[in-house]
Amino acid sequence: MMPLVDIRDLTIAFPRGSQENRVVHGINLTIHEGETVALVGESGSGKSVTARALIGLSGAVVGASRFDIVGDGVLGFRERDWRRLRGSKIGFVLQDALVSLDPLRKVSQQLADAFGHPGYFVRRDVREESRALLHSVGIPDPERRLPQYPHQLSGGLRQRALIATAIARRPSLLIADEPTTALDATVQKQILDLFAERKQAGHTLLLISHDLAVVARLADRVLVMKQGKIVEEGPTKQILSEPAHPYTRRLLDAVPSASSRGFRLSPATQTEDNAPSLHATVVCQRLPLPPKRIDAAQRVLSASGLVKRYGGGFAVNNVSFELAAGEALGIVGESGSGKTTVAKIVLGLIEPDSGTVLVDGQPWSHRSEAKRRARRASMQLIAQDALSSFDPRYTVEKIVGESLDTVGVFGRDRRRRVIEVLDAVRLGATFLDRYPRELSGGQRQRVAIARAFAPRPKLLIADEPVSALDVSVQAQVLDLLAELQAASGTALLFISHDLGVIHHLTDRVLVMKDGRVVETGAVETVFASPTHSYTRALLDAVPALP
Amino acid sequence: MDSQNTSAISSAPTFFASHRLRRNGLAAQIAGRIGSGMLVLWAAVTLSFVSLQLAPGDIVSLLIGEQLRTPEVEAAIRAEWGLDEPLLSQYLSYLTRILHGDFGRSYILQTEVSQLVLSQILPTLKLTTAALFVAIIFGLVSAVLTAGRRIPRGIAGALELTLVSTPSFWLGILLLYLFSFTLKLFPVSGDRSFSALVLPALALGLPLGAVVGQVLRQGLERALEEPFALTVRSWGTSGLVLRLRHGLRHAALPAVTLTGWLVGSLLSGAVITESVFGRPGLGRVTVEAVLGHDLPVVLAVAILSAFVYVTLSTLVDVLYLWLDPRLRSDSPEAAR
Repeated sequence: MMPLVDIRDLTIAFPRGSQENRVVHGINLTIHEGETVALVGESGSGKSVTARALIGLSGAVVGASRFDIVGDGVLGFRERDWRRLRGSKIGFVLQDALVSLDPLRKVSQQLADAFGHPGYFVRRDVREESRALLHSVGIPDPERRLPQYPHQLSGGLRQRALIATAIARRPSLLIADEPTTALDATVQKQILDLFAERKQAGHTLLLISHDLAVVARLADRVLVMKQGKIVEEGPTKQILSEPAHPYTRRLLDAVPSASSRGFRLSPATQTEDNAPSLHATVVCQRLPLPPKRIDAAQRVLSASGLVKRYGGGFAVNNVSFELAAGEALGIVGESGSGKTTVAKIVLGLIEPDSGTVLVDGQPWSHRSEAKRRARRASMQLIAQDALSSFDPRYTVEKIVGESLDTVGVFGRDRRRRVIEVLDAVRLGATFLDRYPRELSGGQRQRVAIARAFAPRPKLLIADEPVSALDVSVQAQVLDLLAELQAASGTALLFISHDLGVIHHLTDRVLVMKDGRVVETGAVETVFASPTHSYTRALLDAVPALP
Repeated sequence: MDSQNTSAISSAPTFFASHRLRRNGLAAQIAGRIGSGMLVLWAAVTLSFVSLQLAPGDIVSLLIGEQLRTPEVEAAIRAEWGLDEPLLSQYLSYLTRILHGDFGRSYILQTEVSQLVLSQILPTLKLTTAALFVAIIFGLVSAVLTAGRRIPRGIAGALELTLVSTPSFWLGILLLYLFSFTLKLFPVSGDRSFSALVLPALALGLPLGAVVGQVLRQGLERALEEPFALTVRSWGTSGLVLRLRHGLRHAALPAVTLTGWLVGSLLSGAVITESVFGRPGLGRVTVEAVLGHDLPVVLAVAILSAFVYVTLSTLVDVLYLWLDPRLRSDSPEAAR
């Protein structure tokens, strides 16, 4: 039978002046009907642009010796021809429906657009079809959702609505580019379940992801892509159990989990995010992380009975915990569980309605900022989005050095300390004059870590510090954080929605739901034998490697 | 609602949909905007009253201007403004008169101010509306057709730069020379036919349209870079439909704000255009009133222009709510 997609020697290049910047170097891609194929690689590997080339939206120069899609040779297709193919033969789903659906149009209007009947008012028969479609992607009560805007839907419903628009005209092939990347674990599981249902029904799917664990369950076949080339290809089982290429091995090792506890996730010698794999011949083995020094006698942080009301409900409801020097405490929960509010209370950015926070045994909450200011430097924050936490007009030296102003380190001492911490995060003095925009995602997060460690804080608060990163970059950042924490003896409050990361990195964990702590204890105990049903649900939702 | 205790000055033309808008229901949001608009108007009227009291010289000679001061006129003014009564009742009767549309009498022109303004406002409104129309059409066409396309964008950009930097009287004279004197397509002056409106509207509207076009284009280009643009195109939607149906609404947000401001400035811009094209209108009346120290007319125009600004700013805010559902407070996002 003829394959749905048959591409030979695909090259993709972006014109740059008179030259061109080639990002895909001659790959072959075949997808048969009913198959689920996964294209896996880190950002910059060329996987997304390849996916876009399949619907003629790569915005680059595409060449191939053969490029057949659903029986059509698309080489030499004009925009008009591509438009006929999009939506009807190939559907396309991007990550994060909050920005991937038009935020200013109602769900019903966008579905009508996708059905090919655009307009402000939606025809009755289109509305009828839309309702059935939303129902088919598992949206309960579609009638209520149709007149709503994307921001009024929960993350899961929103992503389902996005998928609905992509399959509205029953395309033969659905391409999903990181379809679950911005989602909570349980929502991610629902979306993956939806794809699994479609697979059962015989639909064809091309899945693009940076995370092998996400595709493990669904894909029949995996193609591993690196720097514009397919480095390994084969049945999913084989790729996961006996990866032949060291890069595949590295991607597998990078997934944080229970089994990776106490070990590094990335090869120890890796210093740059996108460094070419010089160690291709080295068979990777997990290297141990340095041991931690937890001083249980020294309470760096203690919070008791924290309550914060919002509107009619509780954002945080009776949350208590303690944190010793050198210890890592994880707070895990989904969006809206109140974990970030806890971080803000600890940081003293919002006052709790009741309850107290002690830092180093001294009262911290309910004090004037003037009284707190002198002690602020002992507490540092690492935010999720490093880029927006930097002044874009500051150089790396100024960004990192700024945190030293508060502890009175100036001039030559300051420069020395900045270089010292930049070395510690493996960036080095060559980065002093760089601007945030010139850095990759991983490098930015390293600068954020350097800034946080520079004034030698006693307490580090990290709010989803790796959520925006690829698995392989996340691995390097997590290793770095673990190393620095062990070396400095800093206490770490680590907030994440990712149980794998929490399990890998922290010593104790608080599981939060709707502002309450539903379960707490040593990480290994809690995750090995969870007592609360919510913890179990969270653990079930984690996509795991076999 | 805190807009009530914000000082009228600072809440004056809040053309940006402020976060204050996010509370309460949609109706309450709109009512709040109208309420604070009324406050601004009241402040403008009060200010005009206070300025009259604080101005050097006595009020009678201020109001008379360069007209001959006779005892009869003075007595009429004293009666009209209630100058022998205490200040508070003067103020209250002033407010009442303004509320009833009575702006007093111009002693220089020997006519009721409200009648004078009413007779002159129509040509000005016609001109500014036509100019606004020209501006929006020009801005839309220029932005939609050239956004994200390198060469057309460059051409449109150069044209817009030329239009923005050309003074509108000069543009008016050029248009007159070309279309009236040489091609004889449009009348040289006056306000008798629709064709007499074409050239002044172009002269006044094109520079405005150039600014609107630039802002629209930038907004459109930003919208077309958003992930949703890729989604929309993946449905098989054409580029033009994407621009018109999706992109334009995003681009309209900053452009609406700007247009609100610029329409206000059209009124003052109309003065010059009216002179070049020999049109009647409020602009000329204002200039003559200022030059002739005809204070009742000046005050009336000041209050009127405050009214125009307030109306526009309220319209812009309501338009914002219509354009961007995320600003409506019935959405859960707004609670955050």
